[in-house]
Amino acid sequence: MSAATARQQSQLETSVLAVPGAHCAGCMSKIERGLGQLPQVASARLNLTSRLLTVVHDATLDDRQLVDELERIGFAAKRQPRALEKPFSAVKPLLGPLAVAGFAGMNVMLLSVSVWSGADGSTRDLFHWISALIGVPAVAYAGRPFFQSAWSALKHGRTNMDVPISIGVTIACLLSLYETATHGEHAWFDGALMLLAFLLAGRVLDAMMRDRARGAVDALLSQAAQGALVVRDGGALEWLPAEALEPGMIMRVAAGERLAADGEILAGASRFDQSLLTGETAPVAIARGGTALAGTLNLDAPVDVVVSHAGRDTTLAEIARLMEASTQNRSKYVRLADRAARWYAPAVHTLAASAVVGWLIAGASLYQSLVIGVAVLIITCPCALGLAVPVAQVVASGSLLRAGIMVKDGSALERLATIDRALLDKTGTLTVGRPQPDPAALDALPADAATVALALASHSRHPVSRALCDELARRGVKPAAVTNVVEEPGQGMRGLLDGQPVALRRPEGASSTAVAIDLPGKPLRLVPFADRLRDDACEALGRLEGQGITCSILSGDAAPAVAEVARQTGLTGQASATPADKQHAIALLQGAGHKVLMVGDGLNDGPALAAADVSMAPGSASDVGMQAADLVFVQGSLTAIPKALKAARFTMQVVRQNFALAIGYNALAVPLALAGMVTPLIAAAAMSLSSLLVVANSLRLVRAAK
Amino acid sequence: MNGVLILLPIALGLGLMGLASFFWAMRSGQFEDPDGAASRILIDDDGGPEA
Repeated sequence: MSAATARQQSQLETSVLAVPGAHCAGCMSKIERGLGQLPQVASARLNLTSRLLTVVHDATLDDRQLVDELERIGFAAKRQPRALEKPFSAVKPLLGPLAVAGFAGMNVMLLSVSVWSGADGSTRDLFHWISALIGVPAVAYAGRPFFQSAWSALKHGRTNMDVPISIGVTIACLLSLYETATHGEHAWFDGALMLLAFLLAGRVLDAMMRDRARGAVDALLSQAAQGALVVRDGGALEWLPAEALEPGMIMRVAAGERLAADGEILAGASRFDQSLLTGETAPVAIARGGTALAGTLNLDAPVDVVVSHAGRDTTLAEIARLMEASTQNRSKYVRLADRAARWYAPAVHTLAASAVVGWLIAGASLYQSLVIGVAVLIITCPCALGLAVPVAQVVASGSLLRAGIMVKDGSALERLATIDRALLDKTGTLTVGRPQPDPAALDALPADAATVALALASHSRHPVSRALCDELARRGVKPAAVTNVVEEPGQGMRGLLDGQPVALRRPEGASSTAVAIDLPGKPLRLVPFADRLRDDACEALGRLEGQGITCSILSGDAAPAVAEVARQTGLTGQASATPADKQHAIALLQGAGHKVLMVGDGLNDGPALAAADVSMAPGSASDVGMQAADLVFVQGSLTAIPKALKAARFTMQVVRQNFALAIGYNALAVPLALAGMVTPLIAAAAMSLSSLLVVANSLRLVRAAK
Repeated sequence: MNGVLILLPIALGLGLMGLASFFWAMRSGQFEDPDGAASRILIDDDGGPEA
């Protein structure tokens, strides 16, 4: 008995699944209880913040079955690749330092208040010693994020905002220790700790916003299982994840599924939607012996495919490599705060040094001169400057997030504010990216045909059926009571209505996508399908033009399809562009001094998204597109682009005002410090006041995305 | 002065206890899923023997 238990224990496995649809206590209890009822499941626990479900289960249950079970409960889920199981959070390493800086800062400030209000003699010494006891270890611990960043910048011969912060804090502590030991009047521990607490609070907020945006994007990443049903010897079917596929295996790909690997078709024939890979909207018919590519969608009929390339050898992986190369370009971008630090740090350090020299020449003692020099360094420690950029960006990103625009990258808003050219992909960006039923044909459809079509379409997972189903349901059509529904792969749906045969099928000999609705004794009804422009594409393009941005189309689709969209939008366009062509087009514009925004969704846009100065992708984009883009908009409306641009420009305006405020504070405080009149009380008051001003000014961005 | 000598360690000790409990909460994973923790109390878990 106990041996059996032990054996079962050893076979337990842990799986992590993403469940983006879970959002409340009800979902949580439904999922955890639903899975808990399975005999093979030991425990299931959902993390509602990251929307990740951790299931401990018997090894006999595979991930595919878990996904199916979740679907039965009513939630779409997908297996999480091992690398993503523990998403990296930038918040956690900063929480400890923030707590320590806050705690120590408050206690030291209390002691400082009594010193400022007149404590002297041995009481002051005692308070200073206690402050030192709390302050020195606290600064050493809470300052680590700054010290590390400053050190790595200096090691590479660069400078950033953390350099003057680290120098200021360290020198303030050393001077205070000296003052404490020599029964001096002033100790600056409170100022140093408060500075760290303020800056850490700004960074924690920044990291939280980044985590949230990234989480929202992760939740959008493909719901489809990344894997395939493999036909084993003897006809047994087994589901394998994409990484486990090997050349020579036979995949069975159902209609409506995406291929997990490149391969040659062994049995069956179907049409494939390659729009994610090439941008081309017209489906490509591939018969036995033809090559089907990973990432394409099987539209019509189930096919058996012999895997020829898997994993890192597929066409998909080739695109990924092209992208990696161009991402390195972008990491060369130097953030505004660090560019400011390039002149700020040398300026204040020169200022402090000349203060020391000046006072020495004026006849002050070495100790006095040094104290004044240090006071200059402390007072110019860029508290408000360090908050100027992150706080503005946090508030703006939060506002954009509420408007359905996720800012994934910290410097994305800075880069977006500078653009003057926009390149837009056609399929899936300017257009919806899926074949949609022709609205005029649906309007003309008699009620009985519509109800039957909805009833039949609702039984199929074929993309055309899903689109028809969604559109009819949106129009308030109720399904008819059709029974005995059968799906004939590649042909359509058949069923019985009051004993009479009805059908929703592919029209004979039609070249373009369409469905025919067949009712007994009625003429055949045809509903053509076409990809169409997003509803507000023209309005969005008009607004972009009003903002001074020149837009054009950059598409991988064939020239006639691009010409049609170019005519509707009034833009110029380039057709039949390969991923490398798109990258080249961007490089040409950048060479001519333009700052380029790329908006795209497909795999084929990935390299261009990575190469552009800043990039956006719709929430319907491929995983690759979404991961490469700096901003992702989920509302399905292209007006997100001008909205984000407006918010970015407003943000940079506020950032510049913040810089002006911070420098204005320095302009007031530095002469006091140079004159030797700055006390810890003045430093603390000035620091808090300037920080509050900067934060208050940034809060104006709360409605930036309106 | 005597009062200060008693009160200061008490104040610092209480503060340190707060800080220690924050670190304990962070280490024991209580900040892993703030949204979930807030929702979990709403689940009507009948628990115990099945009715």
